[in-house]
Amino acid sequence: MAVTIAKERWTSKVNELVLGAEPNVVKVGGDATLPFLFFEGEMPNRPVVALEVLDMEPEDWPDILKAPFEGVLGDPAAWAKKNVEYGADLVCLRLVSAHPDNKNASPEECAKTAKAVADAVNVPLIIIGCGVEEKDAEIMPAVGEALAGKVALLGCATPNNYKTITAACMVNGHSIVASSPLDINLAKQLNILITEMGLAANRIAIDPLVGALGYGIEYAYSIMERARLGALTGDKMLAMPVICFVGQEAWKAKEAKASNDETPEWGDQTRRAILWEVMTAVTFAQASGAIMVMRHPESCKQFKAHIDKMMEPVKY
Amino acid sequence: MGLTGLEIFKQLPKTNCKDCGQPTCLAFAMALASGKASLDQCPHVSDAAKEALDSASAPPIALVKVGTGEKAIDLGNETVLFRHDKRFEHMTGIAVSVCDTMSADEIAAKVDQINKLVFDRVGQVHSVNLVAVGNGSGDAGKFAEAVKVAAGKTEFPLVLMSEDPAAIEKALEIAAARKPLVCGANAANVEAMTNLAKKFDVPMVVRGADLNELAALVEKVVGMGFKQIVLDSGAREVNRVLADQTQIRRQALKRFRPFGYPTIAFADNEDPVQAVVDAGVYIAKYAAIVVIKSADPADVLPLITLRLNIYTDPQKPIAVEPKVYEIGNVTPDSPVYVTTNFSLTYFCVAGDVETSRVPGYILPVDTDGISVMTGWAAGKFTPEKITEMLQTSGIADKVRHRKVIIPGGVAVLSGKLQELSGWEVLVGPRESAGIASFLKQRWL
Ligand code: B12
Ligand code: SF4
Repeated sequence: MAVTIAKERWTSKVNELVLGAEPNVVKVGGDATLPFLFFEGEMPNRPVVALEVLDMEPEDWPDILKAPFEGVLGDPAAWAKKNVEYGADLVCLRLVSAHPDNKNASPEECAKTAKAVADAVNVPLIIIGCGVEEKDAEIMPAVGEALAGKVALLGCATPNNYKTITAACMVNGHSIVASSPLDINLAKQLNILITEMGLAANRIAIDPLVGALGYGIEYAYSIMERARLGALTGDKMLAMPVICFVGQEAWKAKEAKASNDETPEWGDQTRRAILWEVMTAVTFAQASGAIMVMRHPESCKQFKAHIDKMMEPVKY
Repeated sequence: MGLTGLEIFKQLPKTNCKDCGQPTCLAFAMALASGKASLDQCPHVSDAAKEALDSASAPPIALVKVGTGEKAIDLGNETVLFRHDKRFEHMTGIAVSVCDTMSADEIAAKVDQINKLVFDRVGQVHSVNLVAVGNGSGDAGKFAEAVKVAAGKTEFPLVLMSEDPAAIEKALEIAAARKPLVCGANAANVEAMTNLAKKFDVPMVVRGADLNELAALVEKVVGMGFKQIVLDSGAREVNRVLADQTQIRRQALKRFRPFGYPTIAFADNEDPVQAVVDAGVYIAKYAAIVVIKSADPADVLPLITLRLNIYTDPQKPIAVEPKVYEIGNVTPDSPVYVTTNFSLTYFCVAGDVETSRVPGYILPVDTDGISVMTGWAAGKFTPEKITEMLQTSGIADKVRHRKVIIPGGVAVLSGKLQELSGWEVLVGPRESAGIASFLKQRWL
């Protein structure tokens, strides 16, 4: 009995975002289908992984997360190199030292660190501030300038600081991470504001401020599915690839942090924690996440192995 | 469901006899279409019309039950492709497999492990749901023995995985009363297997080599008068399973009848980590049952959590009642914590207070079931509300001190809260996991 395959006719597609300078570019987005449904439309680029580098030794990372980076945790450039060895498609530098509660590092210091990381690796970069909106607005112009020509992804822009960050991107040829908390209308609004300043829509990545497995993953999952449906049906202000800060969320979870002694009934911590991170990322990939910012090299490896398989097209 | 009043009207006797309580057949048809009447209220519909209307009004995906008693599970009855459209109805049943190539002791030990896969999450108990028994030996006697051992060891419903009707028959003679899922029928054995499932009145998986063969086999099985069907498209690689599961769900919703049944997927990737990952995809993407090999809690906890998340009702966050909760043997000197009444939040805090081994009181403020930071951002977790909770919950009579611990994420509330409530406000850690060490420094 011949089954008539059900194919949706989408009218539009996701923008393609290009990061990095030739010949080391990474492209994301461009999808003309829901994730991995090759029978329906093309998915020219695979979801990618960025491994994180912090510009200060992380305090609250469990030992199993620090172990793979022993010896480089105090040296962002060396850490970034290590990430590339571990198979990261991109490196995500987080300038936590800029936080007023940390070292309150100056824009110049941040720019210097960013430059050092950029010189150490040839994969494209994502540079994230410290999360304090005003401070990020101060540092991003300096960081953007130091990385001119590198075509990096800078963030995170919010309704309170998008102007300076957008300007920093426009002047120096970078793209932007636009963050909005789990709300499709807020995401759209911010994208409108940014494009109205003149930054092209294909230079924006949406950050929906995801939660981890067990900690709000379902909200992010549904927002992403809805955004993708919007993109495929012609909403230009939702047609941006989605970036998911998986690592920072997954490694906050008790399930990733609790040791074997604390919760023996949960099985081995390393296996459980890696799965927590991988499963969060894989679930987002199903919902349309394009850039996964992760922490553990093994998570990166497992996620990529999974995506290798998912990218083998199934057509009927 | 799906039929208009006019379409229904065409099938009615059109005599306007009023026996249904409606003035006309058309009025009755309209009432039916809007769900305000049921077809059996008209005593005069023909059997043919009844059948046509019943099948048109049946849910797009049939409900299939596996097992008996408390641990029985319902599969199917799904109505949407995306959880944001409504919600997913019946959580994916997680089956963990054993095989008859294992010794009786090994099977018993693994089933014991499976029985222990029970986790507390947000105040609810979540576990795996089924034990699947494989027939890797190819021997009917060994299979029956393995089924007997497993059945004796667990109350979970069973999945009998053999495509040999002789083996299934022997197993059913032992375990049919537990309503196991027979897994199952394929092109080569479909008649024999369906007859067994009918005879023992148990649900059965139908496996096609691909979607086309699956549809043909289902028609055949339905033609034999059997409908407790679970679908298997035969795909075993994650990319193919995703495509097939998506097709089956879409076609079911479009009312392509052969695909109007729940589905089963097998996470048998050779790489043990990838097998768990694949199972995660099947939970998100429509499988009614997923069969895994691992009984390692480190593998199963992420799957159970994912399932809970994907299957929560997007319209209703799970909330706890806003009242005083006592953790451990509290005294008038025990610490007092405030948090929000989002279940996840409350149970994170409750769990961490428990691990601190210091008894304490928890006051979850009513934030309409949203988290601390969301509640704060939405203006639902305010100094005013916390003050009200401190004053009206009765906590003031239970403790001698006037100190309250608030989540670190909302440190900014402390000044105003102190002023309004008169309680001394201690800013706790950002994550409730830090409560134990916080107490050591600031309380004891
Ligand atoms: C899921 C989510 C939602 C869901 C709500 C889910 C729910 N039922 O709460 C939805 C999509 C509805 C939502 C909406 C909004 N959200 Co929201 N949301 C999240 C998200 C992703 C996870 C929240 C969560 O469930 N966390 C898990 C729970 C367990 O965490 P928790 O309650 O904070 O509890 C922890 C700690 O606070 C601490 N703790 C808790 N109680 C106590 C008590 C004591 C004594 C101590 C010591 C510790 C402690 O321990 C717990 C475990 O670690 C976060 C971002 C993130 N990744 O965290 C944003 C986030 C909370 N949301 C945010 C915002 C702004 C909003 C909105 C206002 C935005 C909007 N769209 O308009 C709306 C408001 C909704 C409304 N009007 O009702 C912001 C808050 C920003 C800020 N810092 O103020 C966040 C942080 C995102 C961000 N980075 O911008 N959100
Ligand atoms: S009972 Fe049946 S035949 Fe009589 S009016 Fe109602 S619908 Fe029509």
